Amino acid sequence: MSHPTEAQSGHQEFVTLVAGGQNFCIEITQIREIRRWTPVTILPHSPAHVLGVINLRGAVIPIIDLASKLGFPKINPTERHVIIIVAIEDRIVGLLVESVSEILGVSSDEVRETPRGQEDSTTRAIQGIIPVGDDMTKIISLATLLPNEGQVAA
Amino acid sequence: MRPVVKPFDDEALITVIRRLTSRMTDRAILDAFFEECEDLLVALTEGLTDMCAGQGDDETVNAVFRAVHSIKGAAGAFALDDLVGFAHKFETVLDEVRAGRLATDDALLRVLQRAGDILADLVDAAREEMPANRDQVDPVLNDLQAFLGEEEPEEEFVFEALSLDFATPAVPQRHRVSFAPTQAFYQAGNDPCQLITALADLGSTEVAVEIDELPEKFEGYVWNKGYLRWHVSVDGPETDLPIREIFEFVDDLCDLQIAFIPLSEPGENDETSSGDTALDVERGGSVEHADAVDTEQDELGPTPEDETARPAEDPARQPTAKAAATEKPAKRAAATLRVDPDRVDRLINAVGELIINQSVISQRLQEADLPNSADLFADLDDYKLLAREIQEGVMSIRAQPVKPLFQRMLRIAREAADATGKDVTLVTEGEATEVDKIVVERLADPLTHMIRNAIDHGIEKPEVRREAGKQAKGTLRLTASQRSGSIVIEIIDDGAGLNRPKIRDIAVAKGLVSAEAQLSDAEIDHLLFAPGFSTAAEVTNLSGRGVGMDVVKTAITALGGRVAISSVTGEGTTFSITLPLTLAVMDGMIITVDGQTMVVPISSIVETVRPTAADLSQIGLNNHLLRIRGDYVPIVDLGSRLGAVKSDKPLTDRVLLLIQTETVTQCAIAVDDIHDQRQIVVKSMQSNYGQITGISGATILGDGKIALIIDPEAIATGAQHAPPFPTDNTEGEAHVTSH
Amino acid sequence: MTAHILAIDDSRTIRTLLTVALENAGFRVTTAVDGVEGVAKFQETDADLVITDVNMPNKDGFGVIEDIRQGSINKAVPVLVLTTESGAALKERARAAGATGRQTV
Repeated sequence: MSHPTEAQSGHQEFVTLVAGGQNFCIEITQIREIRRWTPVTILPHSPAHVLGVINLRGAVIPIIDLASKLGFPKINPTERHVIIIVAIEDRIVGLLVESVSEILGVSSDEVRETPRGQEDSTTRAIQGIIPVGDDMTKIISLATLLPNEGQVAA
Repeated sequence: MRPVVKPFDDEALITVIRRLTSRMTDRAILDAFFEECEDLLVALTEGLTDMCAGQGDDETVNAVFRAVHSIKGAAGAFALDDLVGFAHKFETVLDEVRAGRLATDDALLRVLQRAGDILADLVDAAREEMPANRDQVDPVLNDLQAFLGEEEPEEEFVFEALSLDFATPAVPQRHRVSFAPTQAFYQAGNDPCQLITALADLGSTEVAVEIDELPEKFEGYVWNKGYLRWHVSVDGPETDLPIREIFEFVDDLCDLQIAFIPLSEPGENDETSSGDTALDVERGGSVEHADAVDTEQDELGPTPEDETARPAEDPARQPTAKAAATEKPAKRAAATLRVDPDRVDRLINAVGELIINQSVISQRLQEADLPNSADLFADLDDYKLLAREIQEGVMSIRAQPVKPLFQRMLRIAREAADATGKDVTLVTEGEATEVDKIVVERLADPLTHMIRNAIDHGIEKPEVRREAGKQAKGTLRLTASQRSGSIVIEIIDDGAGLNRPKIRDIAVAKGLVSAEAQLSDAEIDHLLFAPGFSTAAEVTNLSGRGVGMDVVKTAITALGGRVAISSVTGEGTTFSITLPLTLAVMDGMIITVDGQTMVVPISSIVETVRPTAADLSQIGLNNHLLRIRGDYVPIVDLGSRLGAVKSDKPLTDRVLLLIQTETVTQCAIAVDDIHDQRQIVVKSMQSNYGQITGISGATILGDGKIALIIDPEAIATGAQHAPPFPTDNTEGEAHVTSH
Repeated sequence: MTAHILAIDDSRTIRTLLTVALENAGFRVTTAVDGVEGVAKFQETDADLVITDVNMPNKDGFGVIEDIRQGSINKAVPVLVLTTESGAALKERARAAGATGRQTV
């Protein structure tokens, strides 16, 4: 898997999105598709940020409320909300976000390390930042969205 | 035109192979290699097992040798040096055994088995592109070497022969090569053209041929009689070594002379030419005459294509065919078709959708309530039958014998026995039983665990066994069979049997059951599967590992299977794994709970009951019992077990599913309503999410929505699993440490 | 006409490697999984060149060469012995059986 901070040179593309009212982005190669919200089948015993599962062309895909996962209030999904289907390791997972903005092309040296301040559920999920104009966007480390390996091992 | 293949030159072919394999085809061929290795390792294990059981004959040793040899050969082509080096040593020892120079005593057999294990490890390491574990490999290498005595000379182990450097030296030297092929030369498929071409690759050449011996007007001409003498001057190599290598296979089949000609004598090469028949071949420089070799050669030189002129028999070449004649009759592998598994999976998915589609149509038609629809429903039944037939056919493509899986267990058992100081034989039965490929893959871990467990905890130490009047050597049987639509895999040990008082004590100590609980033997046995339970009094590095039999059970349940235990004190314990024949489809009852549509496997439902008030008795504040045929059966509310708010609908307005499980004799699961029964296609929850308590999988309904499949046993017993996604990060980390 | 090569090896991997390499080099390739099939296919196809493994079930490479050399069709076809070693003993046996040359893998 490609990690933006590891790529010393070259061009990278990110899809920017809004979750919990803030700007985030995901490396484009990790994204499989983007689709509109559709109702989910609720899973029993699931944590609050796991909304349920959907049928994606015959496969069962869990949907995670990204805002809730990052520590923001839960999104109340409507048809205007968007699901980003991403590949995390060998799993396919859908992320519910408020909106998707654009594709951001940057050279790898524009990607900065996350300044390490106080750790919380949001900063742990950020693997780097990219300055955009006066603002910046935060790169989501998808691996942190999943439980640790072995924990689910059956 | 003949292929231009130089007699002993490895370079051309190998260069092409290397270049090609380093490109696109590389991974595909390498994958095919590892796939082949799996087959070869199975053959190897099988052969070694037979040898150890004293059932091996010469052909067994041959087969074992060939398996190792084939792995080595192919590994060499991929430059998998660790693998090649080990396989070479292994093969050398086997060759000694084959030649009867090494006796197959216990010590040797032990090393051979160990070597087989290491070879498998090295194949795995190569596949994972991981370095070999020298700490494990080297001792076995030394053990193998010990059987060979003196370190063998390096000469026999030349894999880098391919990189022979034939580059032209800075100062070219001239050699004059003269050779006159004999009849035997042509008989063995040699062609002067090939040799000359090979010489031309060493440097610039001039070629001349003497035709004085040719009969006048070709009278009495015999195609393969040596009439010609060739003179080739080669400007290139400093020594005659590369030239001699070219003639390696033919130096006794032709009159060969090689002379070094100091280049200070100008005009020397002119003398070798003899008039009109001279051919100039210059490789690397001018290529003007390059074609002349082939065309002129075909006219002048005898070639094997001249069929008509062939002698019927060549007495000079007496065969040494005895070896071939004494070999065993051909044991042909059945013709097989190799198919990309993805294609089969796509087909299985498509057939699954077809079956869903059939049930949707069927449902719609029933709802439409058409007049005179009997014929239509008959046709629909045909559709259903056909779809099922296609499905069975497709599923059978994926069916694989359990043999490779079982053979892996031989090693596990051996290692476990070594680690625990126990003497155990693992006997496998029903290796030809076929199960779905996925089942074979997913059974590996649970079986490994159970085999280790049986040896660690089931089978007693030799001295204990002797005291108990048993054979010192314990026997573990691993069997597979097909019984009425299911696959049954059993692990049967002849050990001490389950120590029920101890199991009970541990369960009480760990708070799994209350000290007062009245438990049947079966219920005590099933405590083994409770999460967090581990009978290991001392945590061995064998079956310890912080996981217990609950992991085994979870894995089996995820495959739609069940595990049962039976144990007789002093005689042993049997674990039975029952698995469905097909994974992808099951008959399900569609139900609703708390507004959600779900599926319960028909196979676990004994009957459905719409209870009247008289059938129900309250016990405690919230619990009810169902009275049925004189028995009292506990009622479990499905919604509340799944974390939903308990339905306030009275039980008399709901439906009870009477369930029979392994642990709880009977239980009634309360649901809001039941709908139709239909075939459903089972989708895994594991791949993208993980295990959920009480849920064994999911399916897609006719409207495209997902319905979860209930695991009735988990619902009945109320077993708890950790949620796959941590509720928040802190809790997630707590989970990690607790595992 | 494209030269036709018969490659005999019990290893699927080696057969694949040979086929890929030789076909890319412009040859037509037929493969056989052991000596018995190799000899049978040789009789069917009348290949221009035979490459054979030595260690094979049912009939080994030496057996293949001997059968070819005693056969009635194209018995003087070049036969290359495919081997992983360069041992002198193996070379002698191959030569005695009538091999044309040796090909290291």
